[in-house]
Parts: sequence; structure tokens; C-alpha cells
Amino acid sequence: MTEKTEKPDIKLDNVSFSYQSESPVLENLTFSVNKGDYLGIIGPNGGGKTTLIKIILGLLRPTNGTIELFGKDSYDFKEKYRIGYVPQRVTQADKSFPATVFEVVRSGRIAKRGFLNRFTKDDIEAVEKAMDLTGVARYRNTLVGNLSGGERQRVFIARALTSNPEVLILDEPTVGVDIGAQKTFYEFLNSLNRDHHLTIIFISHDVETISREAKTVLCLNHELVCHGFPGDIVNEHLLEHLYGDHLRSEPINHQHHHHA
Amino acid sequence: MLRAFEAGIAIGIIAPLIGMFLVVRRYSLMADTLAHVSFAGVAVGLFLQINPIISAIILSVLAAFGIESLQNGRKIFGESVLALFLSGSLAVAVVIISLAKGFNANLFSYLFGSISTVSTSDLWVTLVLAITVFLAIVLLFKELFFTSFDAELAQANGLPVKVLNIAIVVLAAVSVALSIRIVGVLLIGALMVIPVISAMQLGKGFRTTMIFAVAFSLCSVIIGLFASYYFNLASGGAIVLVALCIFLISLVFSKRS
Repeated sequence: MTEKTEKPDIKLDNVSFSYQSESPVLENLTFSVNKGDYLGIIGPNGGGKTTLIKIILGLLRPTNGTIELFGKDSYDFKEKYRIGYVPQRVTQADKSFPATVFEVVRSGRIAKRGFLNRFTKDDIEAVEKAMDLTGVARYRNTLVGNLSGGERQRVFIARALTSNPEVLILDEPTVGVDIGAQKTFYEFLNSLNRDHHLTIIFISHDVETISREAKTVLCLNHELVCHGFPGDIVNEHLLEHLYGDHLRSEPINHQHHHHA
Repeated sequence: MLRAFEAGIAIGIIAPLIGMFLVVRRYSLMADTLAHVSFAGVAVGLFLQINPIISAIILSVLAAFGIESLQNGRKIFGESVLALFLSGSLAVAVVIISLAKGFNANLFSYLFGSISTVSTSDLWVTLVLAITVFLAIVLLFKELFFTSFDAELAQANGLPVKVLNIAIVVLAAVSVALSIRIVGVLLIGALMVIPVISAMQLGKGFRTTMIFAVAFSLCSVIIGLFASYYFNLASGGAIVLVALCIFLISLVFSKRS
């Protein structure tokens, strides 16, 4: 195994984030995501899950700390195609937008193709492959607005996969997807991780799903509450900590430092 | 008539191309706002005795930058920025008109569009800038599509979303300023929007919808200009009425649920 010597796909070192003068959304996060990991992020609403994803994607800049993507500082990281992203809202996307499944999936090749260049045969091949893999090829000429939530989710995964990413990040992927489709969806994610060696990070507020699907779990409530195997850390104590009365965790042993 | 026809065809192609991006971003009022800014620009041009199309372009491009930066600053709520510029520039135009009595008749032709007033220099300015706008859209097509479809995803993929947003409004500003001679201030918004929403009724993808929008727009311009010439009608009104007829027909064949 070379995994030990390889640099982690994503590495956060002491990352904090706050909007202007407001209280911090994220505080002192330090963790790594290794190649081939299948990480589930849980935490209460407003606990900073989506903010964390946006920071990793470079949509927001951390107030403090550093982020390395594939061993490179995120400020210098230009190979955006190596990370695929499926935002939460895609299941509720604007229904009137005139775009076919093919057009949406093809837009995933833009990061790889580069500014002003036209799409090539390689791009079209990658689009066909991703549509076959996700089972949306038969909808190629359908408008995305006319698909169900679950079908649209697959279109956006196909879009993310067209650039052959090494990491796939999904924000609440099954919100707005019916139960039957959820099961097939997680089987599909699992096969991407297992057979295609894709590092997967997904956010969910559903603890049961995360502890069933993910290989490792990261619990986030402004701070890193825990990070490890689901069997070891997902228990009643944790759930109370995350979702119970104390919505914001208090680091007891640091309390007196400020006054000292 | 031939000059008006050539300028009209150039406008008929670029108006719906720009309009497409404005409509899908729910920014349809932008065209009308820029048209009113252009009108203020025309008034300034006539007052200072420079080519009013040039002054209209300059003022509407400046306004485009102003609108984008105010919207990014988030100090003003949503579309009210457009209302601000729309009424503000009309006020500027009206004040200039009252200061300089005498060019009212000339100015009137800019409100509703006129084909008899297109000069050779107008035609050249129109053709050169229309080709520039057309090429910019062709070159930036995949980026503009993606930014309009999902700005955050586009940014995550490394696209310069802010620059592309400014590009769209600047291209819109130039197109509107070019169009008011033929179509008129009060009706250019319609030429940018109606062919696009008609084409969207057909339920096709982005590119196909855009091609249909251009086809509908060209039909409207050509039929409208003929009608305007033979029946002595205001060209803008005639063009927009044809566009409206096409829209009604498209509703009958609508494939949207």
C-alpha cells in the first residue's frame, strides 16, 4: 500500500471562518481526507457543514488556517476538475431553465477544457461515458426541469464525473429524492468509491444514513466534535452533543484561559 | 430603407442572443432599464451635438457597471437597482429636453423607433458593434451558459463569474444602445424578451432555443420593417406587434407543462 506515503487529497490545518464580525461559523478545524476515503459529514443545521464544503471548493476563503488540495495550497490550486461537486439545490433546480440533460452534463467539462476553447471529441466521449454510468443517457434530450428530483441528482453527478475527478463532494444528496431511489443512489455512490476508487465526501443531517454508508464520519458543530469510524463514535452521547440542548459545544478545559 | 433594413437585421440577431441570457437569469427588466439609460444618453448627445448613438453607448455601458457593482454590494434590494436606474435616467433625459427646447421631434423618433432617420454613419457603428457583440457571445457561449445556469457551480469550476456577469450587462448595454434607433427606447426590451420566451415554449435545449429566438426575432424585424415602410407605421411598434403574434402562436404549440 502506498497510501501511507501519499499526500492526503484534502488537508485542513487550523481552519476558521466567520462572516465579517459575526461569531465564527467554523473554528480551528484540523483534519485530512485520504485517497479512497468515504467520508460522511454530520452536524446540526447551521453547524457549518455547507460552509466547510464551500471553503474546500474555494468559494469562500478561510479567515484563518490553510487548506491543501492534493498537496498544494488551495490559493495556488488551479486544477479544479480534480474535485467534482454536486450542490444541494440541484434537486429543486429552476424548472423553467431551457437546458437539456446533455447540455448540463457537458458543462462539467468546462474546467478541463479551459477558457474560450471549444468542446472536442474527447469531451463528448467523457459526457457519454458519465451519462451511461449514471443511467441518464436515455434522457439526453430531455429538459432537466422536466426530470424528477432523483433523476436530476444523477444528471448532476454525471456532470461532476465528466472531468474524471479524484474527489466527489455532495451536499445533502438525497433531500427531495424518494426512499426507493435513495437506496439505489447510495449503492451507486458506494460502487464509485469501491470500483472507481473515488474519494467521496457527503453531507447529511441524517445520522442513520451516514453511519450506514460512510467509512468515516466527521461531526461538525462549528468545531470538530469527532472524526473516526462510525462504529466507534456514533452513539447516544454524540447525538446529544450534536443535536441536544447544548447546540454549541463548550470546550470546558479552555474556559479559564481567556481570563488568566 | 435599405440602411434601416441592414441595421434592423443586425439588431434582430443580437437582441435575442443577449435577451436569452437576461431572461434565464430573471433579469428581463435589465433591457428596459438600459434602454432608458440610452435615452438619457441620446438626450446628452443631441444637447452636446455629438453622435447620439455614441453617447448612448457610453452612458449605458457606465450604467451597466454601476448596476452590477450596486447589486454585488447588496446594499440595495434585488431588482430595485433596476428601478432606480430606469427612473433616474428618464429624469435626466426629461431635464435635458426641457433645458434645450428644439430637438423634441428628433428625440421622439428614439422613443418609438424610426427607419427614415438611420444615417450611413449610424449603420456603420451598428454593424461593427453588432458583429463584435455576436463574436463575443459565440466565443464565450459555454461559459455564459454555465454561469447563467448555476453561478456557484461555475465558480467552483474556476470560471471568473463576476467578469462574465459584467460581460453580459456590458454586451446588453451596447446592444440596447444600438437598437433604440430602429426599435425605440420603449420597445427594445420587448424585442430582447418576446422572441426568447416564444422560443422557450417549444421546450428545447439552450442552443436550439437560442436559434429559434433569433429566427423569431428576424421574422419580426423583417415583417415589421416592411409593414412600417408600406403602411407608414412606427417601426418599433410594427416589429414588436409581429413578435407578439409569434408569441401567441408559440403558446398554441407550447410543449411546456
